Amino acid sequence: MPRQILLIEDEANIAEAIRFVLMRDGWQVSTHGDGSDALERVRAIRPDVLVLDVMLPGRSGFEILSDLRADPEFWALPVLVLTARGQDRERDAALAAGATRFLPKPFGNAELVATLRMLDPGAPGRTAIDPGAA
Amino acid sequence: MLSFNLLVAVCLAYVCLLFLVAFTADQRARRGKVRWLRGPLVYTLSLSIYCTAWTFYGAVGYAARSGLEFVTIYLGPTLVLVGWWGLLRKLVRIGRVQRVTSIADLISSRYGKSNLLGVLVTLIAVVAAAPYISLQLQSVALSVQVFARDGLPGGTADSHITALWVAVGLAVFTVLFGTRNLASDERHHGIVMAIAVEAVVKLVALLSVGIFVVWGIAGGWEGVFDRLGASRMADWPLVPSRWAGLTFVSGAAVLTLPRMFHVLVVENSDERHLATAAWAFPAYLFAMSLFVLPIAIVGLDMMPAGANPDLFVLTLPLSQGETGLAMLAFLGGFSSATSMVIVASIALATMVSNHIVAPLWLALGAPKLRSRGQVGRIGADAADVRGVVLLARRVSVLAILAMGYSYYHLSGGGAALSAIGLISFVGVVQILPAMLGGLFWRGATARGAALGLVTGFAVWLYTLYLPSYGAAGLLSAGVIADGPWGIGWLRPGALFGVAGLDPLLHCVVWSLLLNTTAFLLGSLLSFPSPVERMQGLAFVNVFDQPKPSADWARGGPEAEDLLALSQGILGAEAAQGFFLAEAMAQGKAGFLPDTTPRFLEALERRLAGAVGAATAHAMLMQVAEGAGVSVHDLMAVASEAQQILEYSSRLEAQSEELARTARALGEANEKLTQLSIQKDAFLSQISHELRTPMTSIRAFSEILMEGGLEARDQARYAGIIHEETARLTRLLDDLLDLSVLENRTAQLRISAANLHDLIERAVQISGSTAPDRRFLIRRDDAAEHVAIFTDTDRLVQVLINLMSNARKYCDAERPELRIQVRTRGNRVTIDVADNGSGIPRKAQAIVFEKFVRLSDTARAGGAGLGLAICREIMENLGGTIAYLPGQGGAAFRLSLPLRRTLGAAA
Repeated sequence: MPRQILLIEDEANIAEAIRFVLMRDGWQVSTHGDGSDALERVRAIRPDVLVLDVMLPGRSGFEILSDLRADPEFWALPVLVLTARGQDRERDAALAAGATRFLPKPFGNAELVATLRMLDPGAPGRTAIDPGAA
Repeated sequence: MLSFNLLVAVCLAYVCLLFLVAFTADQRARRGKVRWLRGPLVYTLSLSIYCTAWTFYGAVGYAARSGLEFVTIYLGPTLVLVGWWGLLRKLVRIGRVQRVTSIADLISSRYGKSNLLGVLVTLIAVVAAAPYISLQLQSVALSVQVFARDGLPGGTADSHITALWVAVGLAVFTVLFGTRNLASDERHHGIVMAIAVEAVVKLVALLSVGIFVVWGIAGGWEGVFDRLGASRMADWPLVPSRWAGLTFVSGAAVLTLPRMFHVLVVENSDERHLATAAWAFPAYLFAMSLFVLPIAIVGLDMMPAGANPDLFVLTLPLSQGETGLAMLAFLGGFSSATSMVIVASIALATMVSNHIVAPLWLALGAPKLRSRGQVGRIGADAADVRGVVLLARRVSVLAILAMGYSYYHLSGGGAALSAIGLISFVGVVQILPAMLGGLFWRGATARGAALGLVTGFAVWLYTLYLPSYGAAGLLSAGVIADGPWGIGWLRPGALFGVAGLDPLLHCVVWSLLLNTTAFLLGSLLSFPSPVERMQGLAFVNVFDQPKPSADWARGGPEAEDLLALSQGILGAEAAQGFFLAEAMAQGKAGFLPDTTPRFLEALERRLAGAVGAATAHAMLMQVAEGAGVSVHDLMAVASEAQQILEYSSRLEAQSEELARTARALGEANEKLTQLSIQKDAFLSQISHELRTPMTSIRAFSEILMEGGLEARDQARYAGIIHEETARLTRLLDDLLDLSVLENRTAQLRISAANLHDLIERAVQISGSTAPDRRFLIRRDDAAEHVAIFTDTDRLVQVLINLMSNARKYCDAERPELRIQVRTRGNRVTIDVADNGSGIPRKAQAIVFEKFVRLSDTARAGGAGLGLAICREIMENLGGTIAYLPGQGGAAFRLSLPLRRTLGAAA
């Protein structure tokens, strides 16, 4: 069964690029561009990994993440936060809100893929890199 | 017979003795040993200067001429002294508390330190003293003549020449004694001691003569009474009005005579001495008057007809060959005369120098100096001041004696001694209403006092003093007989037609009646000044203030009290150190030095360094004397307090300014923090705006670099990269533009244009960027044709921005844009409104802020700087941009001057 990723990103071009890269790596990718109903999307899709932008229309990624971590069902969900401000403060805020990892924009495609493989033990490309884990 | 030379020698020896007594007393006082000198006995004896040559010689003459009436002269003072508790005690207390130096000072001080009153009282006192001093000269001259009649080679001495020499001698003596130095408290220990000795001498002399006359000549009291029955004295009737009047006048004179005031009040060192004097002085007077009648009776019986009864005291012993007794009697009379002249001239000289010379000297531009009291405290530049004051006193003494001699010379020297004395009494009694009013009536005012004094003085001069010179004097016989210009009711002897009254009584009644009336009316019709009010309170309620201790030098303040005070001011350590050093300097163990005047002065100076001179003085006075603070002190304290107040209000202003500065700093800091936060937010916002397109560009360029894409995708991804790059460029352009506009460093290119053309251009350009949407644009061409003088490119930029926003965000079915131009005076407004749903109320306030986007980024396509830039441009153009709520859609109003003048925007 393919691993599912939910990408919440309002910048259409960025979403398209990430979607392209991740699908090429074997992930099943859903995208969503609005912060206000993002939580419902997470609950509906129940992804294996969540990729979350911070600056979203409607609600900020941190708020969504906090609410998510309050739900026991999503305590262990791997969440990758994408930040655009490039400040330590934002990284600290992301980790405090419950991010598993965070990636400052702009990031390299390989970096994104590697990070996601690290987050999810059943990540699609993982067997190719580390056969012993299968 | 006694030789004239021997007489002169005895006189000189006596004077030398007095000088020695005075000198010794002064020396002892300087060493602080004044206990004995200032005892109640010496005080009582010093009061005996009331008994002048008039009493010594004149009383016998008075008795010989008018019978028992002479007793009134003793009765008045006796009543005043016996009733000391009511009046004298208050007078002495006030004198002490207010540090009064003379009766003129008392009146002046009571009525608000009025120097006019001081001058008036001085004038009255000096003029009234002239007959009195003349009386002493006359008595000494007469007594000398008695001895010289036979002793002087070349016949009878000229009495005028004798009087002149006596006057000169007394002047020299007084100048030597009374004005040797300046005492700040106007106390003269030496003089008082000499007076006490003279008091004993004259009492002993008169008693000796009396005893000799009664038991030596008359053979006991029976003999005296036998002679009384034979003489006409028994027939003299008592005139009640004269008795009452004379008793009153002599009682009042004890209070108002400058010399009596001096010994009673100024030289008083302890109020309790009054209690002793209250019985001792009447006893002294009784002793002095005891033998007056016998001597008069025997004299009238024994001496040849036509003999001057004023000289019976002298001539009776001489007629019996008792030259030694006669010499004693002479010395007694000499003592009476000299003590009176000395004290009177000192008291008067003090008044003249303090109230007339010193103010004049000050007015003539002398260095700063207050008249009384302070003379001793002036300090470095005091030497020449002391010189001036001393000189003034000496000249005053000479002038006063010269006046006395002139009176003697002009009046002819023939009048009865007692008559002359009474003229003086009535003169000084004119001060009584102002004095009593000042002591007991708070409503008394300076104006009332001055009116009363002038009125009483004038009446006295006119009805008694001037006529006393006789027909050869200042008033012609015609005036005295018929009144001035023949007006009968103005005759000096019968004012307002009241004739038949005794001249003396006539003057007493009229002068005091008019004086008191003027005083009362003047006081009731005028208002006291603040100082007067204060002084009135201090005088009338003097007993409400703390009781002064006995004497500065004698009782002295407690060193412990002073130490406590000093510690409060200087701090414990400094004060104790100072006291210790002073005690060591005095050779004393411990740290409590003797409170010598020198120590007190040093302490005052030390304290003055900390709290100011006036405050230090007032504080020391408070502790040292327990005395109420004088008005002078209070004023000085007040002015110091004023200065402190000004200083502290300056400080307050400074601290207020400091607080303002601190507040401003705080605000600036707040602003900076705010700015820094804003800058942080701005930078992170820019970072976000830059990183977002860069993220897309990097991702797609990597995808393209990896290759293996279909051509369609390849083109599409390259297109995205291009688009995002353009977005980056736009962002950078906007940021630069904003930065330039915000710093007001934008180069404005002002040019003239038709507003219609500018709007047209904006419509064209904004339409070209989004040509896909049909937009109905409503305009009013006629209104748009306005000549405008501004940076046209910038204005068009704003218009384009607004129109593009409308095109982007207007969500109406059939989008419309309405452009409306209005011109009012020098200003033009351009409204740009669409028919969409508009901007939510909540967002209206922030719509012009940087990086504010109301929709998602994709639709906006910008960084959210457009309206912020518009606002900056409008401000640069001297205009405004505002959101117009309630227009049915998004509506903005531009307002700007038709003629933009350079520099007005700065």
